[in-house]
Amino acid sequence: MTLEAEEIRGKDRAQYGVCAFLALTGVAVIFDALRITHLTSSNDPIGPRPVPVILGIALLVTAVIYAVDVARGGRGEPEAGEDVDLTTPVDRRTVLLLVGFFLANAALIEPLGWVISGAVLFWGSAFALGNRHHVRGLVIAGALSLGTFYAFAIGLGVNLPAGVLQGIL
Amino acid sequence: MENLSHLLDGFANIVSPINLLMALIGVVAGTAVGVLPGIGPAMTVALLLPITYGLEPTQAFILFAGIYYGGMYGGSTTSILLNTPGESSSVVTAIEGNLMAKAGRAAQALATAAIGSFVAGTLATLALVFVTPVVVDFAVGLGSPDYFAIMMLAFLAVSIVLGTSRVRGFASLLVGLVIGLIGIDRVTGQQRLTLGIPELADGIDVVVVAVGIFAVGEALWVAAHLRRKSVAVIPVGRPWLSRQDWRRSWKPWLRGAALGFPFGAVPAGGAEVPTFLSYAAEKKLTKHPEEFGKGAIEGVAGPEAANNASAAGSLVPMLAIGLPTTAVAAVMLAAFESYGIQPGPLLFEREPILVWTLIASLFLGNLLLLVLNLPLAPAWARLLRIPRHYLYAGILFFASMGAYAVNAKPLDLVLLLLLGLLGFGMRRFGFPVLPLIVGVILGPRAELQGRRSLQLSGGELSGLIGGPVSYTIYAIIALILLWPLLRRLPIFTKPRRPA
Repeated sequence: MTLEAEEIRGKDRAQYGVCAFLALTGVAVIFDALRITHLTSSNDPIGPRPVPVILGIALLVTAVIYAVDVARGGRGEPEAGEDVDLTTPVDRRTVLLLVGFFLANAALIEPLGWVISGAVLFWGSAFALGNRHHVRGLVIAGALSLGTFYAFAIGLGVNLPAGVLQGIL
Repeated sequence: MENLSHLLDGFANIVSPINLLMALIGVVAGTAVGVLPGIGPAMTVALLLPITYGLEPTQAFILFAGIYYGGMYGGSTTSILLNTPGESSSVVTAIEGNLMAKAGRAAQALATAAIGSFVAGTLATLALVFVTPVVVDFAVGLGSPDYFAIMMLAFLAVSIVLGTSRVRGFASLLVGLVIGLIGIDRVTGQQRLTLGIPELADGIDVVVVAVGIFAVGEALWVAAHLRRKSVAVIPVGRPWLSRQDWRRSWKPWLRGAALGFPFGAVPAGGAEVPTFLSYAAEKKLTKHPEEFGKGAIEGVAGPEAANNASAAGSLVPMLAIGLPTTAVAAVMLAAFESYGIQPGPLLFEREPILVWTLIASLFLGNLLLLVLNLPLAPAWARLLRIPRHYLYAGILFFASMGAYAVNAKPLDLVLLLLLGLLGFGMRRFGFPVLPLIVGVILGPRAELQGRRSLQLSGGELSGLIGGPVSYTIYAIIALILLWPLLRRLPIFTKPRRPA
């Protein structure tokens, strides 16, 4: 695998961020464990605390070992794939747009219902990923969300809200 | 022979029109989704889980078995025609398979993969019929300390043995274990890591974790690096094999099956090692060594058979001990739990009809796959041309639907996104995802078994060491941990003879 152009210059320093994430998670887990009441009984001599404490310590230790590995020039290989072009830098705009539409779906699914929120999600994601056929995208989005609603919510009894379209669908 | 009569009962259960229809839908849906670029078997299974929700367990698992084998087959089609495997287990198939496709022998590559999968899958499922009850008999006698030890071994195996980087694998495992910790402690009722959010009291559903890490994480990762040029897809006709292809394929199929099953069945196995071993073996045994590196059919037949056989093998620990060793098995375990069914030694006693119908439907799924996919291969290949913006939008769409449908809570969608971002980060920094999933699923059970063991010993740590089984397992664990040191001992560092 060829190295990414942006990374050839030196170590992949962003990995220290991962160390920080692991260490912070470890600290958070330990703090949370110390917060909970320590209950033990003859049925359960060790209680709910030791496991999170052990995990927290293990996370801290792993963070340190990982940092040493990074300092020595260790790096994880980014995942390749059929549609992945690792020579390009991360396309932040696309990712942020996707996150936005994803959250919109989470916010809209109960008030508006799956048919509308799901269609927004599909249309928006396709748009974020570079779809410029807006009408075609909308038609596919509508067909997918209506189709899944009828097949799953009505056909199979899966939990999908009808929202404002209650009574119409 | 008791097993065979159980199995026949299982077949008798399948042969109803509705169940056959389920198997057919499963195979078709599994292949159609699995063949899509960027979607490996584990993601296929996670994404298609919702279609089993409204069904009764038996039908759901018949459908599921079809999805599983369909997803596996679809994945190998993608790797042969595109040469960029979605899963590490298809890496080897892709090497010679894609070379064959480029040399104009795509039809033969797909045919030997399909027939090889059928042969190996059938043999391995047959082996499963005989091996699983033996493992069950063994597992019935195990106590909590033994289970605890087995789970520790599984943790180490998935995080340290299978990956390329120990520290990254271990970090991934720990993050998974922490996610598994979230929720009310089952023994004392104390809330852990719930941040006071009531919805988190039940923990994060494993389906949400799997869909978030596999599907959303993958979609975001691909979106960040989307290849703007379209990928060249090799056109393919109807798969077929000439007499000579048959002659060259059947031995690799059998050898692949023999290699794959045992590796799949042990906790530290996985599919990568047997596929590589099979490739190496075929390269050595072939009468056409000059073709290796240019598209040798043995190099597709063997590894693909090994891959399928190990997939069937991985169902042995999953069903008999409740121990998932692959991502697909982990998702399957989650599916069992969503029906309130606990895999493990008691499963065969409590739900014999379900288990044997599931096993019978593995045979059926395998057969349907062969019958359907040989003629349909050109149609599947067309799916590879699906515009990428619709493909990944569709993945996000179905991922959201599936995750929401589990509990009908909008918060799950937010969690799904957070897990997706975690999956994105793991792909960016080269962290393996399997340890995380296994940690989420097995973490709570390991804690439960560990605490039970200590309950018996009144809190003395000696309670964790039960009997001969756990001694043996801890010895294996010690070996795994010390291996980097042991390897430097003089006995292992003899100069290697050229292979």
